[in-house]
Amino acid sequence: MKMMEIKNLFKIFGDNPERGLKLLNEGYSKAEVLEEVNLTVGVNDVSFDINSQEIFVIMGLSGSGKSTLLRCLNRLNEPTAGEIKLAGENLLELDQEELRQLRRDKFGMVFQNFALFPHKTVLENAEFGLEVQQVDKSEREVKAKEALEKVGLAGWEEQYPEQLSGGMQQRVGLARALAVDPDILLMDEPFSALDPLIKKEMQDKLLDLYYQLDKTIIFITHDLDEALKLGDRIAIMNDGEIVQLGTSEEILTNAKNDYVREFVQDVNRSRILTAEDIMTEPLELVYEQDGPHTALHKMRTNQISSIFAVKDKRKLEGIVKIEDVVTAINQGEEELDGLIQEVSTVGPEDNINELFAQIADLDIPLPVLDDQGRLLGIVIKSNVLANLAGNKV
Amino acid sequence: MNNLVDLLSTKIPLGDWVEAVVDFLIINFSGPLNLFSEVVSSLIDGFEGVLSFGHPLLLIIIFVLLAWKLKGVKIATFVAVGFLLVLNLRMWDYLVITLAAIITSVIISLMLGIPIGILKAHNSVIDLITRPFLDFIQTIPPFVYLIPALMFFGLGNVSGVLATVIFAIAPPIRLTALGIKQVSDELKEAGRAYGCTTWQMLYKVELPLALPSIMLGINQCIMLSLSMVVIAAMIGAGGLGEPVLRSLSTVDIGLGFEAGLGVVILAMVLDRLFGRDE
Repeated sequence: MKMMEIKNLFKIFGDNPERGLKLLNEGYSKAEVLEEVNLTVGVNDVSFDINSQEIFVIMGLSGSGKSTLLRCLNRLNEPTAGEIKLAGENLLELDQEELRQLRRDKFGMVFQNFALFPHKTVLENAEFGLEVQQVDKSEREVKAKEALEKVGLAGWEEQYPEQLSGGMQQRVGLARALAVDPDILLMDEPFSALDPLIKKEMQDKLLDLYYQLDKTIIFITHDLDEALKLGDRIAIMNDGEIVQLGTSEEILTNAKNDYVREFVQDVNRSRILTAEDIMTEPLELVYEQDGPHTALHKMRTNQISSIFAVKDKRKLEGIVKIEDVVTAINQGEEELDGLIQEVSTVGPEDNINELFAQIADLDIPLPVLDDQGRLLGIVIKSNVLANLAGNKV
Repeated sequence: MNNLVDLLSTKIPLGDWVEAVVDFLIINFSGPLNLFSEVVSSLIDGFEGVLSFGHPLLLIIIFVLLAWKLKGVKIATFVAVGFLLVLNLRMWDYLVITLAAIITSVIISLMLGIPIGILKAHNSVIDLITRPFLDFIQTIPPFVYLIPALMFFGLGNVSGVLATVIFAIAPPIRLTALGIKQVSDELKEAGRAYGCTTWQMLYKVELPLALPSIMLGINQCIMLSLSMVVIAAMIGAGGLGEPVLRSLSTVDIGLGFEAGLGVVILAMVLDRLFGRDE
């Protein structure tokens, strides 16, 4: 079932946008319109449908018009021409009062920088949409609390936004949108300002809510990974136009033009990891002055069975294994030097396939060295294997 | 050539024009002017009546309690010591008159200034029109608008209040407008996206977020009112400015210092009570 139908939508910024419209209809490009009449084309003749209860992702780079398009859907940006139908009604024909009512009833919006009110508590922020609708205090508290619970913020009601981390602030933003129980969630790059781990967590949370709640979600992002993860269908925008619309599979396997192809290639390229990407910091090292007892102690406290030996400025000497150290201690040995064995090493730029070949039949980590022979980090077998599996997506 | 020199050496009769305009206003708008005069003088009288009701100590105690409640023990102590000193120096009656004039001026300034500030933030035409007026009233020597005030309302505290309002109205206008303009676009967008009416936008989003700036404007308004009320003594507004002026004309350093100290204490009390915590 169709939720929204968008037909021949244009948004042109500047005075007398009709002039630009005329030129666009005559086949001028966005750049030519800017040059001829000094008008900026935000959205250029876009038509698509949004299905009921799907996650529709609009993606593109900054300046591609994706946020402008989203804001046309609830007329935060007034479209210059076209048609937006919601339940058979053309939104562009509504007067201000009807529009306000529509925004209150049908839409919830989540913003890139959260747009929370700093003078309101978490609960009051979540209540905002209901407050605007003049729902009475007790009822809106109940609904806002429910919404906060859904996003996992129960117990944080009385805090202020600035006391919360970015991820939690965006949860409040999400709760504010859910509290009004809208049909459509408009999400404008909601997770772009979050760090990668929190971002992933929020994406999972959103999917989780999506499966529970029967909402239509229109989601803006510039991150193809995010689009592929969330989107039932993805529209890729460039210069105000939709250059391709399809499922993730279609986009990945059947890019319509060079612009999309480049996007998709970028994704595949970024999946080729190097040693630098997957290396970790060694738990502990032994240094020149350390003897066998120290080495044993360090291995025991970190529960490892071998340890890398370095001298000044982390120059790698080799590896010391626990069985050799134990033997040496039993024989009353005081020096570590004789116990250091040579190991094979890799460089930071070596790719994961080469790493796999080297590490497959080793039972110790692979040290990653820079061109001066200094230890940058170590690569562990499980890391290589996990990332190789991820690469097959 | 000669004509040009003549033209350049002829003085533009700007002063005459201004006089003509003021005369015109006095003759043709006597009704509204009288009404304004009535309202203002009854406001001042009202506040004076309230402030001088009962023994001065009663008012001092009320102020101290207010300070204690709003700002804590330290400020309350300061208010007590300061006001008792003023009372002891026999300046209390002057202080009450000054305070009544300040309260009246500040109320009028804010009632006009905050709405104008709100309009100024939303309407670029009003913004453009008000800007030169604000520049003008903020930079012209304050003595100068004692004259039209005098011409409209004669000697007395109504003229004093009018001059004070003109002097003190700029900060609430400017800082209200600034505060509202500084509300981030994303927050305003959030308001619109959830269906705020223009009115809801103003009192649920813009005013609360502009509040720190507006409070600063109110604080500035109070301070400027105080400094003008003293100058307004020159046109018979009474209050603490009166002994200051008298000490000047009789070269009485002692009286001048005592009255001046009264002004300083009142200024500090008002600032600490209604200023933002630093």
